[in-house]
Amino acid sequence: MSEKAVKIEIHGLCKAFGPKVVLDELDLDIYEGESLVVIGGSGMGKSVLTKCILGLLQPDAGSIKIDGREAVGLAGDDLEAVRRKIGMLFQAAALFDSLPVWRNVAFGLIEVQGRGTREARQIALEKMADVGLGQDMAEAYPAELSVGMRKRVGLARAIATEPEILFFDEPTTGLDPIMGDIIDELIVKCVHDLGATALSITHDMDSARRISHRIAMLYAGKMVWTGPTAEVDSTDNPYIRQFINGLAEGPIETEVKVA
Amino acid sequence: MPLLQPLGRTFLAFLSAVGRLTLFALISLSHIVRPPFYPRLIGRQMVEIGYYSLPVVGLTAIFTGMVLALQSYTGFSRFNAESAIPNVVIVSITRELGPVLAGLMVAGRIGAAMAAEIGTMRVTEQIDALDTLATNPLKYLVAPRLLAGITMLPLLVLTADIIGVFGGYVVSVFKLGFNPATYIKNTLDFLEPIDVISGLVKASVFGFLVTLMGCYHGYHSRGGAQGVGTATTNAVVSASILILCFNYFITELFFAR
Repeated sequence: MSEKAVKIEIHGLCKAFGPKVVLDELDLDIYEGESLVVIGGSGMGKSVLTKCILGLLQPDAGSIKIDGREAVGLAGDDLEAVRRKIGMLFQAAALFDSLPVWRNVAFGLIEVQGRGTREARQIALEKMADVGLGQDMAEAYPAELSVGMRKRVGLARAIATEPEILFFDEPTTGLDPIMGDIIDELIVKCVHDLGATALSITHDMDSARRISHRIAMLYAGKMVWTGPTAEVDSTDNPYIRQFINGLAEGPIETEVKVA
Repeated sequence: MPLLQPLGRTFLAFLSAVGRLTLFALISLSHIVRPPFYPRLIGRQMVEIGYYSLPVVGLTAIFTGMVLALQSYTGFSRFNAESAIPNVVIVSITRELGPVLAGLMVAGRIGAAMAAEIGTMRVTEQIDALDTLATNPLKYLVAPRLLAGITMLPLLVLTADIIGVFGGYVVSVFKLGFNPATYIKNTLDFLEPIDVISGLVKASVFGFLVTLMGCYHGYHSRGGAQGVGTATTNAVVSASILILCFNYFITELFFAR
């Protein structure tokens, strides 16, 4: 994997909210075409990491390079140019309530790429078919959909503009195991078909194993382990051992201690 | 010293909030004149603010005009000055009551709805989703609402002026026994263009304030349903207070000698 070009290069990234340090000189490289999953407990800063890369949060210090270009501190058209490379599936899908399903999927095609409504609708229907949604769902509104359906629509929206980079925020959270497996399969298929670089954050280890080439573990603001997915179950890293076995005892300190 | 510290902190926090609001307003206003434009969204907001607010503004205006004629008659009849009623009704409605009452009613209806809608979009990450889709939320969500508020409220107030004067006419003619032709003649004789113009300028400013407060509080809402509720309340309260404050200053600008 190291022979490939680095797509996203994060170096010395720091972010604190008041006295709480969330990211502490974090380093991470994501290579072109790979699927990297960041695992870690709740509140460990996984979402903050993706929001810093997307420019939704300003890091306190450090560098984020996308395709070799510094992304920290960008604004206006430069920031939008970076974001056009990225598609994102949010934890709760974050679909636009006021728009029907097809317009949600076609949003980037119409509003950003400036395509005509007819062409955008056709592409949206194709993307919906890619994630297993029939044409009969096109005119439905997000409020009428189940959680699994919403995730599928969110995935279709993320891939509609065929971005170079895909972010998945807790893609299987709130889903039953079968639907979780289906979403994982769709993620693997979409990433493969697009040839995209993928960054996912999750604490679902089954999902992480299914969708990743590499896994990185975030704890106390730093990556405490990074390695191929095949090695995650055999490593003797104490943080990984404690996390994947779900043990209360170990180097990972939880906010709630067992009496 | 212990007394001054919290006072200073509060003052600095106030200045900071004013600065944030001013920046938000200026950036959003700049997006009104910079492409890309969203005519579909602007049209939808214009219909929402202008058309769907008509019943509530119309009802407020007609009853205000009616009660104004009735109360004026009660007072003026003591001095045999009933003929001044058309003057009182037209000047009060066009200069003050039309724009202020329409502004307050729209603040309750539109300001609250905007804060709730944008606030819900904020807490459900829909605004983050707009950002990740390379769409500026201030341009997509805020600018169309500001433009619709600035342009639609004057039209609403113009309608409210006509309905309010009609309310005064109905009470004066059918209840107080005024001659219809004389009432209309007196109304038109007393009416100055500046009365209407000042009211429309006020309406435009109030439309801006209502939509700005709705968008600003919604955009910065935090913490789920409770945060959205707080944003909605703050939007209505702040818009109402600002309407009354700006009403004074605009009146002074137009009519102070």
